[in-house]
Amino acid sequence: MDFRETVRTAITAILGRKLRSALTMLGILIGIAAVMLTVGLGQGAQAEITGRINALGSNLLIVSPGSTTSSSGIRGGVGSATTLTLNDAAMLADRTVAPDVEAVAPVLQSSASVVSADSNWTTMVVGSTPDWTTVRARTITQGRFFTAAENAAQAPVAVIGTTTASNLFGNRSPVGQTIQVKGVTLTVIGELNSAGSSITGDQDDTVVVPIATFTQRISGGSGLSVASIYLSATSQDTLSAAYQESSAALNTAHGTTSDTQDFTVNSQQTLVNTIATTTQTLTALLGSVAAISLLVGGIGVMNIMLVSVTERTREIGLRKALGATPVAIRQQFLTEASMLGLIGGLLGVGLGLLGSVVLTKLLSFQVQPSWPATLVALVVSLLIGVVAGVYPASRAAKLAPIDALRTE
Amino acid sequence: MTPILSLRDIHKTYSNGSISLEALRGIDLDVDEGDYLAIMGPSGSGKSTLMHIIGCLDIATSGRYELAGQDVSTMSEKQLAVVRNKSIGFVFQQFNLLPSLTAQQNVELPLVYAGVSRIERARRAAEVLEAVGLGDRMAHRPGELSGGQQQRVSVARALVNNPDLILADEPTGNLDSVSTEDVLRLLAGLHERGRTIVLITHEHDVALQASRTYAIRDGLLSTLDGSTL
Repeated sequence: MDFRETVRTAITAILGRKLRSALTMLGILIGIAAVMLTVGLGQGAQAEITGRINALGSNLLIVSPGSTTSSSGIRGGVGSATTLTLNDAAMLADRTVAPDVEAVAPVLQSSASVVSADSNWTTMVVGSTPDWTTVRARTITQGRFFTAAENAAQAPVAVIGTTTASNLFGNRSPVGQTIQVKGVTLTVIGELNSAGSSITGDQDDTVVVPIATFTQRISGGSGLSVASIYLSATSQDTLSAAYQESSAALNTAHGTTSDTQDFTVNSQQTLVNTIATTTQTLTALLGSVAAISLLVGGIGVMNIMLVSVTERTREIGLRKALGATPVAIRQQFLTEASMLGLIGGLLGVGLGLLGSVVLTKLLSFQVQPSWPATLVALVVSLLIGVVAGVYPASRAAKLAPIDALRTE
Repeated sequence: MTPILSLRDIHKTYSNGSISLEALRGIDLDVDEGDYLAIMGPSGSGKSTLMHIIGCLDIATSGRYELAGQDVSTMSEKQLAVVRNKSIGFVFQQFNLLPSLTAQQNVELPLVYAGVSRIERARRAAEVLEAVGLGDRMAHRPGELSGGQQQRVSVARALVNNPDLILADEPTGNLDSVSTEDVLRLLAGLHERGRTIVLITHEHDVALQASRTYAIRDGLLSTLDGSTL
């Protein structure tokens, strides 16, 4: 009896017990679909979160001032000191000091009420330099960003985010309109692209002005000091080099060492790594729950195959009487079990694909079915079939034809 | 003339723990080609055990059994499967047709295990079903056939691989008198065309259809008048 004949016999046997075969396959089917969907959900969530963090600027380093210690000995948190200055920013922008730093944007910001001709809106006003668009990975959808010359001249200009624009001007184009911030009249010269919300808040609800305009006109301070300095490395690969260079340069400039430094440098990569690890852990957790359901499905197949052998003892006896060798009987049951496993697995992959399309529609992010996970699940379902079939099959093959035939 | 089937001093003992039961106590039997032999006996006489041994479904405890010139008493399970497939055609009391298969597929089964191609199987199955008068019922499943028709399907299955011996175990045991007539006529016809048949029954009328009849009692064969062989 060749392979095709065995497969044909198995198909006949499976179709001959439609309900039972369907129920058997259902266990495998649900297991496979669950594995695909949980892994897909995990990977989708991970890609979504990583994407959002990268949208903040993937090569970004943020230099924050160190903490203060008051006269009574109370220490402030990170950023409470005013140790970072525009001079630090200018120094870091020097290619000879930090060759792997591409762009430098010192930032000052404060929450302020912004007034337009017929509306007002409280938002975050940011003072920075033209490099801000580079370090924050932003673009301008209409109008333009301010120039270095405008920054130097303390020009009364502003670039606003889409959320701010719609709150102040409705559907009208904001470019060319004027706004007032703390009594200072600014002309809107550009609108930022929409970057969506991130863990740091709505990135589209902001007003960006030249840092000189911010210090001299809006905050009214004297100051050279800045709240933080954003740096972008020339690429992902030079991120750690840029980190080393900027830390060293600032230590030299401030006369501190790495132990006494009055600033900290953070990279987004740390955050990305943390979140990636978290989602991976979650995916592994969900995946193992799904794997258990696959295992339960496998035990279901084993159970059905055992019952099937017992129930078909007479058939086995007859087949042996008609000339079936033990090998042929073993192959028949093994093929039947592995086909149940494989068909159930394939249907499960179908259900998983369907489920990921439906879930992508329902959820706000892409559910990405992972092909390696799917392939592994399919192989596992076939293996479950084989393993579940081996014992019943060898039991069936060992039955003496006459004992089998005598069974009622 | 060498016999198709030759049993010499066949013993069969069933042991179940401390209890052992001697079902066959030294059977000697020769069946020639073209013979139509009936073996008659009440239940418990050992006739089923004898039939199982002749059919290679069971192995004798001692003695020598030659089928078509081959000594089957020492064969492996795999070799026995080949012998059952090629040399013996079974007709059972319970018909033993697979309910999920059509008449034609049931008849094809021995050919499947003989490794015959699909087209050849279909041709030969159609031929024997035609011969037993079921040419118009080939696509029917056993459930859609009467008892007599089912037994004719199983006779067709016994014939399809051209065996040396047809072994019928109470073939009329589950049939009404009309169907019994029918099946016996079929067997008689096969005998006329030179088939070797061994029929096992407990019914006197059925046994008398054969050209030779032996009785079996307490594990020993005898002629009908009681004299030992």
